[in-house]
This record gives sequence, C-alpha cells and structure tokens, in this order.
Amino acid sequence: MPIITVVTRDGTGRAVDMETGVTLMEGLRDQGFDELLAMCGGCCSCATCHVYVEPASPPTEEEDDLLSGTAHRRDNSRLSCQITLTADHDGLRVEIAPED
Amino acid sequence: MSDTGVRPPAGERHHDVLIVGAGHGGAQAAITLRQRGHTGSIALMGEEPELPYERPPLSKDYLSGAKPFERLLIRPPAFWEARGITLLPRRRVVAVDPAAHTVTTDDGAIFGYGQLIWAAGGHARRLDCVGAHLAGVHTVRTRADVDRMRAELPAVEQVVVVGGGYVGLEAAAVLRAAGKRVVLLEQQTRLLARVAGEALSRFYEAEHRAQGVDVRLGARLDGIVGDGRRVAAVRLFDGEMIPAQMVVAGIGLVPAAGPLLAAGAEGGDGVKVDAYGHTSLPDIHAIGDCALHPSTYAQGRYIRLESVQNATDMAIIVAKGLTGTAEPYRAVPWFWSNQYDLKLQTVGLSAGHDAAVLRGDPAARSFSVVYCRAGRVVALDCVNAARDYTQGRALVEGAVRCEPTLLADANIPLKEVAALLSAG
Repeated sequence: MPIITVVTRDGTGRAVDMETGVTLMEGLRDQGFDELLAMCGGCCSCATCHVYVEPASPPTEEEDDLLSGTAHRRDNSRLSCQITLTADHDGLRVEIAPED
Repeated sequence: MSDTGVRPPAGERHHDVLIVGAGHGGAQAAITLRQRGHTGSIALMGEEPELPYERPPLSKDYLSGAKPFERLLIRPPAFWEARGITLLPRRRVVAVDPAAHTVTTDDGAIFGYGQLIWAAGGHARRLDCVGAHLAGVHTVRTRADVDRMRAELPAVEQVVVVGGGYVGLEAAAVLRAAGKRVVLLEQQTRLLARVAGEALSRFYEAEHRAQGVDVRLGARLDGIVGDGRRVAAVRLFDGEMIPAQMVVAGIGLVPAAGPLLAAGAEGGDGVKVDAYGHTSLPDIHAIGDCALHPSTYAQGRYIRLESVQNATDMAIIVAKGLTGTAEPYRAVPWFWSNQYDLKLQTVGLSAGHDAAVLRGDPAARSFSVVYCRAGRVVALDCVNAARDYTQGRALVEGAVRCEPTLLADANIPLKEVAALLSAG
C-alpha cells in the first residue's frame, strides 16, 4: 500500500498508508482527514476536494476546467477525487489547499 | 422508557448540541463543530439505521450498482467515535419542548439539549392516487428505498417514472442503462419546469427520447392498477393503460418540520430561519432541505433549497455561530445532476428569470444557459461545460450586468466576461 504524506491546513504533516483502488479523496477521508468538503462525493462536479501534489501530475481536462475557477490554484493543483491510488503513488506528498 | 426498563443516568440523554437529522447537513454540523474546537457533547440523531451517507448517488451510482454502499459513507465508521460524536440512529423526533429544551422521540424517549440543530430534511412525497400502496411503487430518498428497487429490478421489464424533475430523470437514465423500458410521466408541458429554463428542458427531453425513454408531457396519472398485490399497470386520466412492473415517483419532498412548527416555530413550507440559521425559538437552529431561509440569490425572499451545497454550507454557518464566529449565510447555490454522459452543473437560482442566453451549441452536447433577471445575471446551467460553470460563478456572485451578445459568445471565457462586466 502506498505511503502518502498529508499536510493539513495547519501545516502539520503525517505519513499514512492508503488503500489502492480508491480515490485520493476517499483515502484522505478514510484516514480521518476531514478538512476536504468533497461536496459532490467525487463525481468531478465541484472543486471542494482541491489538493496540491508532489510530484505534480496533470489534471484531466474537466478537472482543469473546475480548477480554473479556484482562487488558490497552483501548478500542482489536483482534485483529489480524480486520482485513483495505485502502488505507484508511494511517496506522494499531498497538501490540502485552502478553502475558496 | 428504554428497552430494558432501566432508566439511564440522567446525564446520558442530555447533549450540549443535539443534531436532529443525520444527512449531509447534520453530519457536516457535527464535523465542523469538532473541527472548530467545540468540546461539549454532540449527538447526531437520525431516522435511518445507517451511518451518515451521501444521498445524491442513490438515484445514480448506487441505483446502478456502480458504487457499493460503503463508498457512500460521509465518514468511515470509526470517525464518529474518534471525534466523540454520539450517533443515535433509528429515532424520529415527534415533539419538541422549547421551554424545557427537550425532544421526544417516536419510542417515547426524551433527550435534553443545550442547542438544537434541526437538520431533519424531509420525506419523499408519495403518490396519493388509487393503488399507490401497491408493492412495486417506490420513492428515491433513502438507501432502503433504493435497496427495495434493486431487489425487484431483475423481474421488471417496464418502469413508469412519475415526475420529470432531477430525481426522476436520473432514475430514468439509470434504468434505461440497465436495459429496462421506461415511460416517464410529467404533468407540466416540459421537463424540469420548476428548476430550469425552456432550452434546458427541451435538451433533456430530446436526450431522454433519443435514449429510448417514452417521455409523456402533460400526462396525468389517474391510478395504479395491481394484480392483487403488485403493480401491473398505470392508468392515465385519458384512460390509457401503461403496463409496468415498477413505478418510481420523483415528485418532490415534504420538509420534515412538523414537530418544530407544532412547538410554535415560525414557518410553513419548512422552518423559517434568519440568515444565521436561527429559528424563532430560542437555542433552536435549522439547516438544509427543511430550512426556509432568506436568500440573496432570490432577491431576499425566503426559500428552501434541496441540495448538498445548501445543507453543507448552512451547517457550517450554524456550527461557526455556535463556536463564536457568527456569519450570515451567503453562499451561492450550486447543484449538479448526472444523466447518461451528460454532466449538468448549475450555479445561482434561475427561478423568476426574464431572459435566457444560450452559450454554445446543444447539438455539440456542451453548452450553457445564462439566466438574467432585471438586467443582471442570476444563474447558469452548464451541460458538459465545467469551465463555464466555475468561471460563471463570479457572474452570479457579482450579479453582473446581463449583456447577451457578450455572454452568448462561447469564444470569450466567462472569466473575461466577468472582468469586463463587473465594473458595471
């Protein structure tokens, strides 16, 4: 299972083991991180699960459109519901973006 | 009063914050209270047996089987205990005593509260025609509703969906994808009549017809005919009989406000609250589907909104108020609906619009409708147009001038339109 470092809005980080096959949004929720509203439940209809990832990965076109409206967008912005976790995500660093 | 006849210690049934309703609003209120450092006791009471779960997938990915129930949970099971949030499932509040600060549940138990957050939502409106009680007649509001539907589906060939609102249309889309024949009855002369403009209605009508749904507009249901126990057909007012092994009613929501209104809270179609979520009763707040609240996006009128956004954002407002940061509720309403490969996203409220500007080409299956009222943008419906949806939010929030020529030009991003128009 990939070990992922999660940095919450207060700046503290914690490394956690996440399941594969679920989305990063679900992985964060399942690990007790509760800062993401993720209001649409992961169907890519809002931008309330916005995170920054290292290493950066390109968003999908639809995701890119949703991110284009957020005030806190950076080059490494992603919607965490659009990343399905695999073993390759081991070592990923995820920072929860500020609320819009 | 408890099952064992043993009275629990007095303190056990008192909670500093009692949240009635364990849906999106209730769950978010509890979560935000703890996030903001509330240290008192919090209980989350709900009618259903399940842990708090997401409702929108019920008419989409859960009905289709694409998502198992566990993935609908708003938080993992261990979360609630870890946050010190007491879950009180399978309880329905039947009475509220604002003076004593207590509620009575359907099993006769009494719970005390310091602050009461009423997040009870509502119940699916049921058909009241002849035969509405027959097995095979369904609503889509709870997990149990959809589990019953799914259990029956293998034996179903034809479904009659009553109601051309979002729930009915989403259910129709899933049922078509599952290979069922679907007849959809709508009383009005167009689909989505209550929530969208004509162009969107016609687009979805054409789409559902193209997908094989038999859409009947202006159709009036007279009764449901059974074979003794189960539904066998639906009869229209003009006498036509439509065979059906299942009937799905998507005809709206009845807000769950009775006990509060009986206790003297102001309201009617829901419980009236101010911009902070306060009801007219002391220490009682209301949020979500049942909360009749003043909305900037409805010219200050009191409205109810049935959406995850509204439940979640109102929950946050009330939780902030209870933890020392009073803020009025001003979040812009938004909503989504997924049908077939169409993703609709809507921002603002189009009700009462006096102009609608089409942006993009519906035939290309990616377009938006910008709604204006009294010369200002009030809402957008965006179909497979996420960029318009996110960038159009600023047009609604800023109530920018309605400039049809500019808004209709799909080559100009709405971000630029917003910048050009917000000056005026």
